[in-house]
Amino acid sequence: MPDLRILIVDANEVRAAIIEEGLREAGYRELIRLSATTGLVAAIEANDPDVVVIDLEDPSRDALADMFLVSRHVRRPITMFVDQSDSASIEEAVEAGVSAYIVDGLKKERMKAILQTCISRFNAFRRLREELDEARSQLEDRKVVDRAKGIVMRLKGLPEDEAYALMRRTAMNEKRKLVEIARSIVTAAEVLK
Amino acid sequence: MTLHLRVGFLPLVDAALLVAAADAGFAEAQGLVLELVRDVSWSNLRDKLHVRLLDAAHMLSPAAIASTLGIGGVKAPMAVPIGLNLNGNAITVSLRRFEEMARAADGDLADPQVSAHALAKLVARRRAAGLPPLTFAAVFAFSSHTYLLGEWMAKAGISLGEDVRFEVVPPVRTVEALSSGQVDGFCAGAPWNSLAVTAGVGAILHCGAELRADCPEKVLAWRADDVERRGEAVSRLNAALVEASRWAGSEANWPHLAQLLAAPERLATRADLIEAVLNGEIVSGGNRAPRHVPGYIRIDRDAIRPDPAQADWLLAGMVRAGQLPDAGAARETARAIFRLDLFDRG
Repeated sequence: MPDLRILIVDANEVRAAIIEEGLREAGYRELIRLSATTGLVAAIEANDPDVVVIDLEDPSRDALADMFLVSRHVRRPITMFVDQSDSASIEEAVEAGVSAYIVDGLKKERMKAILQTCISRFNAFRRLREELDEARSQLEDRKVVDRAKGIVMRLKGLPEDEAYALMRRTAMNEKRKLVEIARSIVTAAEVLK
Repeated sequence: MTLHLRVGFLPLVDAALLVAAADAGFAEAQGLVLELVRDVSWSNLRDKLHVRLLDAAHMLSPAAIASTLGIGGVKAPMAVPIGLNLNGNAITVSLRRFEEMARAADGDLADPQVSAHALAKLVARRRAAGLPPLTFAAVFAFSSHTYLLGEWMAKAGISLGEDVRFEVVPPVRTVEALSSGQVDGFCAGAPWNSLAVTAGVGAILHCGAELRADCPEKVLAWRADDVERRGEAVSRLNAALVEASRWAGSEANWPHLAQLLAAPERLATRADLIEAVLNGEIVSGGNRAPRHVPGYIRIDRDAIRPDPAQADWLLAGMVRAGQLPDAGAARETARAIFRLDLFDRG
């Protein structure tokens, strides 16, 4: 297994690192990362990989698609890895946003393991990004609530805990989220300034 | 009942009818919510259509054939109930190669016969001098672009892939590939040739329409099983696109169409460049005046009939490019992808 050389084409360096780590953990040692994909064909000829894993957001994917069919100058044929009998894994890969290409013939079983590692790493990266977005929006929400609380304290002459309680009660009575009430207060204060 | 359809597209001028259907009200009039999803590669569109992340997709007609035959990926049968355009491509070479060809030309370089022979002289000279072969690119292996290049070069006995290197370069990278010298020429759709000329790195050698009149180009592809299962959706989208082509076939509407196409979530490029392409006002490069090419790209009502006969030229191109051993066995399957029956029914 360590003799297998894998080229990872991904413009997102963080994701590329996550994939590389996953493949390394799975026992692959010869991993090459490529982010600038101009001249992908030249990079393939220079690095001579057995497998190319590519992010679907990269337009260079079209350059990989069976270039050997037309160009006899490419030394080793490249084909997209698909297991025709396994439509679930095709779906999984496309949804995760990754595709794999085999340079020359490589056993299907070995390829499936590589693709599965990449799919799970792509999905892990997406979850990570979603969590980050979530955390960011929570932080934004807290800032709005704090600003609204300050406005209520100032206008109604209330201490902090009572201002907060008032906002919560209002939200409950109106069946709305606390952050929505807070946004209304901030907007109203801007308008009435 | 309103139907919601997700249709994938690549940011090219020949997505015009899809954009018009979605953004000028033609889809809505058919009770459709048409959601256009921009993508970056033909491979993605093919695969996303296959796993039903998309209902239909903007597609190169030979890519629909290749997918149906299972060449170059998963075997995913497609059906084409309507075309999206004819023509629209051009062959552009770097300024340096253009000058060399102009010097080598025996006659007017605008004549494809003359230009192909000029190219053959360059190829022979480089071989004699031990220089690396020239490299030409198309935007996808299974494309009319590849076949136009192959057919043009064959006029002078040049074999694309043997005498001249062949590479696939995505449209967005064509200008860069030409200026860096990665490729000596390319065949691509609009607006990439004009952009290479405007950027001062290339000269347009031939427009596709001058090499082959009414060349089959993009189509709307569905999964073959879906056109049977979802007849109502297919016929409504067809109807919206037919109405869009009636509108877009009229010169008076081109400024408006160019505006729609130029939008950030569509092609995100300059409206004036798109309008020039629709008008067939093609910049030339290499110190030549712009020319007027009627039918440079055709999106009118007569250009969108999915004619099964289109498969013949495409199959011939596939065979010449070494993608298919021979056309005979594939002919019936390839013709059957173009569903004139569904088009006429709508």
